[in-house]
Amino acid sequence: MNVNYDKEGKLLKFEITEEIDHCKVEKIKRRVDNEIERYIPKNVIFDFDKVSFMDSAGIGMLIRKI
Amino acid sequence: MKTKYDNEMNLEVLSKSCNEAFARITVAAFASQLDPTIEEISDIKTAVSEAVTNSIIHGYENTEGIIKINCKIDGRNLIIEISDTGKGIENIDIAKEPLYTTKPELERSGMGFTIMESFMDDLKIESILGLGTKITMTKIIKENTLN
Repeated sequence: MNVNYDKEGKLLKFEITEEIDHCKVEKIKRRVDNEIERYIPKNVIFDFDKVSFMDSAGIGMLIRKI
Repeated sequence: MKTKYDNEMNLEVLSKSCNEAFARITVAAFASQLDPTIEEISDIKTAVSEAVTNSIIHGYENTEGIIKINCKIDGRNLIIEISDTGKGIENIDIAKEPLYTTKPELERSGMGFTIMESFMDDLKIESILGLGTKITMTKIIKENTLN
């Protein structure tokens, strides 16, 4: 996962590159939480362009984050 | 192993979440002999991932157990059975409701059965409390009209 923070726009962007399942989602969630806590952004973008697989674990992560 | 089906395979994995990818990729590889589309393969992989995750989180509640996966090919039908000997499901009708989860603290979406039901052509759930759960899913792989 690549993380990019735009200071001026206070925009934090997560480019997810791994398959999102129950096994991987814990690691992704921890990283997302840490980065959000670190930058306290105004807006967050999740870029799923490079995600080749996602099951309900990914949906769970997203709906609990919103 | 004698079978009345065109082809059959069995897989047993420990209930570890790192085996989810292995299970779905193995089933997808077995299904590939029916020449499915990328979309059909993706549906199968997602449904298998959901069923295996359910066995790990809900059936065995993250303790060690065995998940059995049996796949059969019957004509254009791919029949996938995924079973565990975990705690079982108390009320299948409620468990099938979209967004229902017994583990909201784990940030689960409650979409597992909904995904299995909508991505596959048939879904059957058999469960006995204390004995385990068996999921039977069927996907009809459409004939490739290009050939």
